[in-house]
Amino acid sequence: MKILVAVKRVIDYNVQIRVKEDGSGVHTDNVKMSTNPPDDNAVEESVKLKESGKVKEVVAVTIGEEKAQETVRKALAVGADRGIHVKADSYIEPLGIAKILKKVVEKEKPDMVFLGKQAIDDDCNQTGQMLAAMLNWPQATFSSKVSLKDKSMEIVREIDEGLETIEVNLPAVVTCDLRLNEPRYASLPNIMKAKKKPIEQMAAKDLGVDIANRVQQLKVEEPPKRKAGIKVANVAELVSKLKNEAKVI
Amino acid sequence: MSVLLIAEHDNKNLKPFTFNAISAASKIDAEVHVLVAGSGCESVAKEVATIPLVKKVLHCDSSNYQNYLPENLAPLVVKNADKYDHIVASANTFGKNFMPRVAAALDTSQVSDVIKVNSTDTFVRPIYAGNAFATVKSNDKKRCITIRPTSFEPAPKTGGSAQVEKVDAVDVPNFSKFVKREETKSERPELGTARIVVSGGRGLESGENFKLITDIADKLNAAVGASRAAVDAGYISNDHQVGQTGKVVVPDLYIAVGISGAIQHLAGMKESKIIVAINKDGEAPIFSIADYGLEADLFKALPEFLSELNKLNTIQK
Repeated sequence: MKILVAVKRVIDYNVQIRVKEDGSGVHTDNVKMSTNPPDDNAVEESVKLKESGKVKEVVAVTIGEEKAQETVRKALAVGADRGIHVKADSYIEPLGIAKILKKVVEKEKPDMVFLGKQAIDDDCNQTGQMLAAMLNWPQATFSSKVSLKDKSMEIVREIDEGLETIEVNLPAVVTCDLRLNEPRYASLPNIMKAKKKPIEQMAAKDLGVDIANRVQQLKVEEPPKRKAGIKVANVAELVSKLKNEAKVI
Repeated sequence: MSVLLIAEHDNKNLKPFTFNAISAASKIDAEVHVLVAGSGCESVAKEVATIPLVKKVLHCDSSNYQNYLPENLAPLVVKNADKYDHIVASANTFGKNFMPRVAAALDTSQVSDVIKVNSTDTFVRPIYAGNAFATVKSNDKKRCITIRPTSFEPAPKTGGSAQVEKVDAVDVPNFSKFVKREETKSERPELGTARIVVSGGRGLESGENFKLITDIADKLNAAVGASRAAVDAGYISNDHQVGQTGKVVVPDLYIAVGISGAIQHLAGMKESKIIVAINKDGEAPIFSIADYGLEADLFKALPEFLSELNKLNTIQK
């Protein structure tokens, strides 16, 4: 079997983002970028399935500017076999990303597509589900446990009420939760080896899909700031403040 | 034209956030119709019909919709989408699961997690874990929207009498199957709608120590929350997680205990009215957004907190 795993380059999760003064977006110059965290879980799970012997090949794909390729290199360094970089210079909405991924799926014919459940930059939580719909495949979102069978997968999903178990026939789309696994670090020899693994290049505009954005970003602003509070000396003072000042208990 | 709101329910009762979603939908357009799809869910259709903001109920009853599998639900929504400009649902694990499938089928770009409705096509939504707010205008003819329930007041529940119209089920693809659901049962208020939330983090050091949190929660009639670190460490189940990819809560009082305050956690609770932080590290980022900070060892502070609460004559419920 074969897995296509999608990775996105985003501002690192540890960075405190700064909104641009002109309201056009957030500062990205000289800001640390890395792979979207749940995408690392998607790569890890793909590689684990390959190590189990059930999966023969893992192909990592990214869509974005030149530097987005770093995320594919990282996937190659932890065990993906080859990469695909679909070049695009500007932001593409999840709808357009899903259309591009559909083209890649049609070409690569994987049995499963793994993605992170959500990107931590635009926080849309759409791409995997949209791709599944476009392919007319089943989906397993927010997956925290994956068991691969011959023609299906049993998946445990994290939902608001607790946990849900579903079974989806292959081929299927899986979006990964942060608790699915513990992503490994790449060893130096593997990083060196990954440099020799092939990354196929293509351009988003050559794929023949409509990726024009439909949602216009009018402005980006800082959320209202909270007023700085006070430190209380002890528990008695805390309870007194909550009772008599804030009047919440 | 009107709005189609997809109701979330358990085939017996409406889930609380549907009331918030209905009030958000009514801000887009007053003509709110609600689709109740489920199995043996007639009582839910009747419940929705009494909500004054609802003008019409579409009721579809079929075993195909019993467990709201998105592969089954999305085609039903798409089939009924013709007459509507907006399709709306809550941005929780229910809405997030099926709505993008609807949007893709309709070739429309979804607007996720809306916290404010400016007009029929312009919305405010948080990005970067709520560290920025984006105002966006959807240029699609048909718009798929998920709304953040805690950003909208729940709609009044009774007084209306909307017409209930039966709609037919549609063919389902039969490639996904529901196996089971393990819901955490609790006597406490629901985390998403509780007036008070008491949350624990990695500082609790073990699952057993969470009893210090639950004792306080029970005294205050509060829900119990947790940071991702505490859930990852196995102290408490995933449905308690508050944060960017967990639940977003806006209680009157949020008490964060042993939580350092990573931006991903703050994303889920920083709109709370009053925030209390109890942490032994005086430099922890959580103090920068807390109204009341107590720099203390939680293993001493929490038992004291409970005994101080026990001294109070009355506690608001």
